[in-house]
Amino acid sequence: MSQYLETDVLIIGAGGAGMYAAIAAAEAGARVLLLDKSLIGRSGATVMAQMTVAAAIGEEEPDDWRFHLKDTIAAGRGLVNEPLARILCETGPDRIWQMEEWGVGWARKGNHITQAHAPGHDRKRCVYVDFLNTGPASARILRNQVRRHDTIRRISDLFVTDLVTQDGRAAGAVALHLETGQAVTIAAKATVIATGGLTSMYSRNSASANMGGDGFALGLRAGAELIDMEFVQFFPIGHLAPRLIGMDPIMWDPFRYKLGGRLLNGDMQEFTQNYGAPEDGKYVVTRDAATYAIVKEVAAGRGSPHGGAWLSFEHIPDEDLRAAFGPVIDRLAAAGIDLTKMPIEVYPIAHYHMGGLRVDDSLATSIANLFAAGEAVGGANGANRLSGNAITEAFVFGELAGRSAAAIAPNAAGMDIRDAAAPFLATLEGASGRPGQGPSPTAAIAALQTILQQDVGPFRTAESLNRAIAGITALTAALPDMPTGTQAAFNQQLADWFGLRNMLLVARSIATAALARTESRGAHQREDYPGLDEAWTYNQVLRLQGGEIQLARGEVRRLAPEEA
Amino acid sequence: MDLASERPAAELKIRRGGPGGPVQYEHFTFIFEDGQSVLDALRWIRGNRDATLAVRYSCINANACKECVMRIDGRTGYACTTPLRSGEMLIEPLPNKRLIRDLVTDTLPPDERLT
Repeated sequence: MSQYLETDVLIIGAGGAGMYAAIAAAEAGARVLLLDKSLIGRSGATVMAQMTVAAAIGEEEPDDWRFHLKDTIAAGRGLVNEPLARILCETGPDRIWQMEEWGVGWARKGNHITQAHAPGHDRKRCVYVDFLNTGPASARILRNQVRRHDTIRRISDLFVTDLVTQDGRAAGAVALHLETGQAVTIAAKATVIATGGLTSMYSRNSASANMGGDGFALGLRAGAELIDMEFVQFFPIGHLAPRLIGMDPIMWDPFRYKLGGRLLNGDMQEFTQNYGAPEDGKYVVTRDAATYAIVKEVAAGRGSPHGGAWLSFEHIPDEDLRAAFGPVIDRLAAAGIDLTKMPIEVYPIAHYHMGGLRVDDSLATSIANLFAAGEAVGGANGANRLSGNAITEAFVFGELAGRSAAAIAPNAAGMDIRDAAAPFLATLEGASGRPGQGPSPTAAIAALQTILQQDVGPFRTAESLNRAIAGITALTAALPDMPTGTQAAFNQQLADWFGLRNMLLVARSIATAALARTESRGAHQREDYPGLDEAWTYNQVLRLQGGEIQLARGEVRRLAPEEA
Repeated sequence: MDLASERPAAELKIRRGGPGGPVQYEHFTFIFEDGQSVLDALRWIRGNRDATLAVRYSCINANACKECVMRIDGRTGYACTTPLRSGEMLIEPLPNKRLIRDLVTDTLPPDERLT
């Protein structure tokens, strides 16, 4: 049995960007269908954000969006799409104030909002909600705002398996309803991809389980272009051990920022200076240099027991710890962690994806009527994202994509997509209910995560990338026969099959782009091509042709001096 | 020496099946490290023993999504914040919500459902 739904604007993914897009599209008069393969407003990256949101609101000290833009462009190592970054920096303050109006409760000191000075920024620019509560507070406020609009229909547990195009235009989607196993066809005048990034494709990641790059695969298969897929940001000191629950694994970033701390090898010796990056107990080593030092030290056999580095705050008095992090210290104590008496173990962790769907300044992709929002957008952060820009881009690009999608909807014909959807419904039916004994897609996802972690991680070589591509090819060949289980209700094995199908295409995109870029820049470090090569100052654009990924060069989009 | 035998083992007794069917329990043994959660064991079962086990989760570790709420040893809790312990642990779906399958119940707000 198949259901058929119609809407003006279809939004795929209900994290920060998707919810903001829904609100903006509804306020512009569109009927909206907001979907999530998990629960509305509770999945994705936004709800997990701990602290910093960058915007030049000038509450802590005088600021201007132009300064924020300058820092964003510098962090991106020559590859930032400057018009997009300008939108991010110039309208970021509007979104921060709108969230404040809606009651998010940015932390305040006296009569002004507090702003932290995060690495890479030239001044105090990052707002937050105490304590480490930025994401949950933002998600709650956006869920409340979404609910105020009768014209936004929300559906959870609905996993979009393919976009439907008709006459070369995005015209809707086919989806799997997880609860019942039912196929759903959705006709839409405009579609927004707000599925976030891809970091759950790595075995060590700071993402929720549903950040598997779905939107990139949906876009590629529908004919849209991707950009900068080789740039996956690793956060150097992700939590490794002891096992800590109820906390985001990147929590040590604010700790190091406020308290310093010492990074030590398995022999309890400082070591980053041996890789040209001394830190002397301060949090000064850049993310790429710290990642390099930790990975190399562990590879040399001088890692901590779980294969990482030690991070020690043992020299910091308890009262200083409590002043900086209050109730978080109690949550650590409940988990048996007393920072005054023990170091913890850290290791680099996949954190964010700079690449994504290639868009214009209205966030339209290269396919008519198809837009992107949030982390799914490629280009605004170039080869490396400035800390604090991710939530800002969820809000800013969400609002803009929703507005852009609503603006074209009245002029787009409402199409009957039953015929165009038929092949995708057939794919869904063909994959469903396949019994079998072979390796499950669930296990294959774990195998793919290991491949990406080991061979397409922060440091790559032609050898590792070719090995990864061979592994991806083998899994892709095995995919059609992988069992999907016969249960209709909540068949996660079937959802994993479609998730794996997307991941394999996206993994191939990353590895292919990384193999082609024979230089080291930002988050893409080639051990066989150390150092930045000016001749590589352009973006790589990917599209799918005849089932193969095609790479092309794209000029980096710059602002004229008077526009920046 | 088999190091694994030195480590604690949780014996998970998991209620399986959909609405209307017979009540049945399946047993899985999971060797764990201190600090590992019930959700760690359930995800390991899905990846290594039985991929047909239905269990709702999203954020895995941060206790931000609140999806993995279920009945653990007769008490309502989150699988991601409940530590494993040695011996038998009883894992069941929420008793006061409509059962979908295995450990998944209908926890959606009514206006977020497809039908």
